[in-house]
Amino acid sequence: MISARGLRKSYGDFEAVKGIDVDVRQGEAFGFLGPNGAGKSSTMRMIASVSPVSAGELRILGMDPATDGPAIRGRLGVCPQEDTLDNELNVFDNLYIYGRYFGIDRATCRERANELLEFAQITDKAKAKVEDLSGGMKRRLTIARSLINNPDVLLLDEPTTGLDPQARHVLWDQLFRLKQAGVTLVITTHYMDEAEQLCDRLVVMDKGVIAAEGSPRELIEAHSTREVAELRFGVGEHEVLAGKVEDLGDRVEVLPDRLLVYSDHGEDVVTAVIDRGLQPIATLVRRSTLEDVFLRLTGRSLAD
Amino acid sequence: MTTTQSTRTERPTGSLSAWEGMTRQLDYWVTVYKRTWRGGVISSFAAPLFYVVAMGVLLGGFIQADPDRLEGATSYLAFIVPGLVAAHAMQIAVSESTYPVMGAIKWHKTFFAQLATPLAVRDLVNAFIAFVVFRIASACAVFMLVLAPFGVFESWWGPVLAWLAQVLVGTAFALLTFGYSARLKSEEGFGVLFRLGVMPLTLFSGAFFPISNLGPVLEWAARLTPLWHGVSLSRMFCLDTVDWSLAAVNAGVLVVLCLIGWRWAVTGLDKRLEV
Amino acid sequence: MAVLDRVAIPAPLTPTSATRLLVLRNFIVYKSAWKLFLTGFLEPVLYLFSIGIGVGQLIDGFTFHGEEVSYAAFVAPAMLATSAFNGALMDSTFNVFFKLKYEKLYDQMLATPLTTGDIARGEIAWGLIRGSVYSAAFLLVMLAMGLVESWWAVLALPAAVLVAFAFSAVCMALTTWMTSWQDFDKITLAQMPLFLFSATFFPVEAFGDSVLRWVVEATPLYRGVVLCRELTTGIVTWESAVSVVYLAVMGVVGLLVVRRRLDKLLLT
Repeated sequence: MISARGLRKSYGDFEAVKGIDVDVRQGEAFGFLGPNGAGKSSTMRMIASVSPVSAGELRILGMDPATDGPAIRGRLGVCPQEDTLDNELNVFDNLYIYGRYFGIDRATCRERANELLEFAQITDKAKAKVEDLSGGMKRRLTIARSLINNPDVLLLDEPTTGLDPQARHVLWDQLFRLKQAGVTLVITTHYMDEAEQLCDRLVVMDKGVIAAEGSPRELIEAHSTREVAELRFGVGEHEVLAGKVEDLGDRVEVLPDRLLVYSDHGEDVVTAVIDRGLQPIATLVRRSTLEDVFLRLTGRSLAD
Repeated sequence: MTTTQSTRTERPTGSLSAWEGMTRQLDYWVTVYKRTWRGGVISSFAAPLFYVVAMGVLLGGFIQADPDRLEGATSYLAFIVPGLVAAHAMQIAVSESTYPVMGAIKWHKTFFAQLATPLAVRDLVNAFIAFVVFRIASACAVFMLVLAPFGVFESWWGPVLAWLAQVLVGTAFALLTFGYSARLKSEEGFGVLFRLGVMPLTLFSGAFFPISNLGPVLEWAARLTPLWHGVSLSRMFCLDTVDWSLAAVNAGVLVVLCLIGWRWAVTGLDKRLEV
Repeated sequence: MAVLDRVAIPAPLTPTSATRLLVLRNFIVYKSAWKLFLTGFLEPVLYLFSIGIGVGQLIDGFTFHGEEVSYAAFVAPAMLATSAFNGALMDSTFNVFFKLKYEKLYDQMLATPLTTGDIARGEIAWGLIRGSVYSAAFLLVMLAMGLVESWWAVLALPAAVLVAFAFSAVCMALTTWMTSWQDFDKITLAQMPLFLFSATFFPVEAFGDSVLRWVVEATPLYRGVVLCRELTTGIVTWESAVSVVYLAVMGVVGLLVVRRRLDKLLLT
């Protein structure tokens, strides 16, 4: 569906995307995981065919965005990071007018707008002003709008940023239903839980390059241990104590508020730490996540 | 870990006096002014100056200087200047108490933040209006000073009283508009206010031509507009053609409008901030 | 899932149908703001009554191209041209800036098969349609007041639309360079003198034979005012041809610049 070879994007002297290779296959949910400024959004804008490619090759649905922009955009659904709803139109007209931009005929547009209101669970808000919707509803409306042309590929840039936990789960459920129905999803996110929930395959991006690629499980297996023991000590003690627990796991990461000891057997680590007479204020054993993968690959956490 | 030594501040009891309530916002408004005064320069000074040159000087060149037809003015320029400045005072008053009021309620929510302190609704209105009055007073003063060398004033004390009249009519409009804005839910109402309120008033309240040109019926209608009272005062003082009984009526009407406007503004904001 | 039923996406829109869609979008928005739409028509009428008639009583009338014209008949066509100018200016500066920077409306449109050229044409076309409704209504007011003195006046409507087109295109182009609302002071700073000094309320002879007069005669709004005035008074000279060419060139150049600028701003 999408293939990129040596794809680059620069703005003046600043290079946002520094040569990436990506292949998105039909029907999969593909993710770009990385912190803010990793080059995810620039990549998405190039795929959306609104940002010219600086260098390298990009093919979307077999077409070249430089020459077939409108034709490609006709078959994509785009859900941008910030809602770009038309605040001057009501909810229904947002869907209807947007559909008309694709050249879809009036009757079909009306029919689809009604179906999508249903899908986004905002049918009762059809005549409401956009500004009266909650954040979650706006997001669902944006996603509904991106489906008006029944796209072959749906691009979602940070779909749940700024939403409360409940609204996120509603949205994830809807995206999951779309995936089940065979829509190809391309998602950028800086939330590792979102990437794990939604993506079949993902690339970890950092500073414009791809640091790793694979399914969430593959990435965790390749770059982290099965479990992690989190040890919290007093303020300022972590740096010093890191040396004393280093040998207990495969690897130790020092974070400002805690130590992470990577090991396949987290409970054993905790027991060993206490046996050594160290007294952590709190301990937690958990499974490795993509956050750990990112930390391993870049030395930084995703939130930075 | 260091802990900051907390100092107890004197906590005033009871409600603030109106003066205290207003002066506590002085620093806020000084900051606002420092940030925004540049934006006002063009609309405050350049725009009316263009009008004076275009209408007063250039068009005035084609108009017979007949004091009988110009309410006692010896030139069209001398006729139009006091009216234009009064109308300008109204325009500043309205534009400063439309979007900024809605902004403080709806967009920036400044009023809500201020109400979380010991300040009361009345204090917010007073300080806001004081600021607008300051804007009007300074703009009109500069304007009158610039025009002084052009021989449009007949005495030295007249323009000073005229200036006070301009500030008075501006204050009345600021208060009335504040009350309207405080009750308005959407900014669309402002477009209507400008087109159906400000513009017709500017054009037909005797600023550009003597209202006797309107014919007897419309002339009386014009006399009922608040702006006309300001124009009339301003012009009589500038041209030294004061009819003191008329001046008393003009000033009285404007003062009453200020009082009504103040009630209207305070009750409006009070109701709006409750929810 | 019903929402995923196949939708036939036709081939990319033709420029004409794309323009029509953008006009439709603006029309739907305006339907809800009809009060504002209605009052917009009042502006030139009020000026005509105030200056043309109120102040006009103090003036005997002017000679225009050597013929005697009443003051109201002199000011009315100028109001026709300046209201087209003011309307175009509002639409293509404030409204476009708002959509471009705050609403991100054009970003939304560019996610569909629409192109930047479609957006530029659509916005300007809407401005022209709105403007010509106002102009036609104003011409009717002039007719009712006996201020139309020739059949040439029929052409004053397209002339007003041409004025709107020229300014829409150029102002929209200028808007693409604006970064903040403060920049609008500069627009006002240009708008006021153009409105007041383009021989709107007094003949250009007021400037004497100074250089200033030549400057005024070379400004676009003056061309528009004189064009409308020649048509409604029926005193048509070769100057009208100059004005038409002037305004048409201005509009086309503006449109080309808008398109290039939108490409640069939105397609990065």
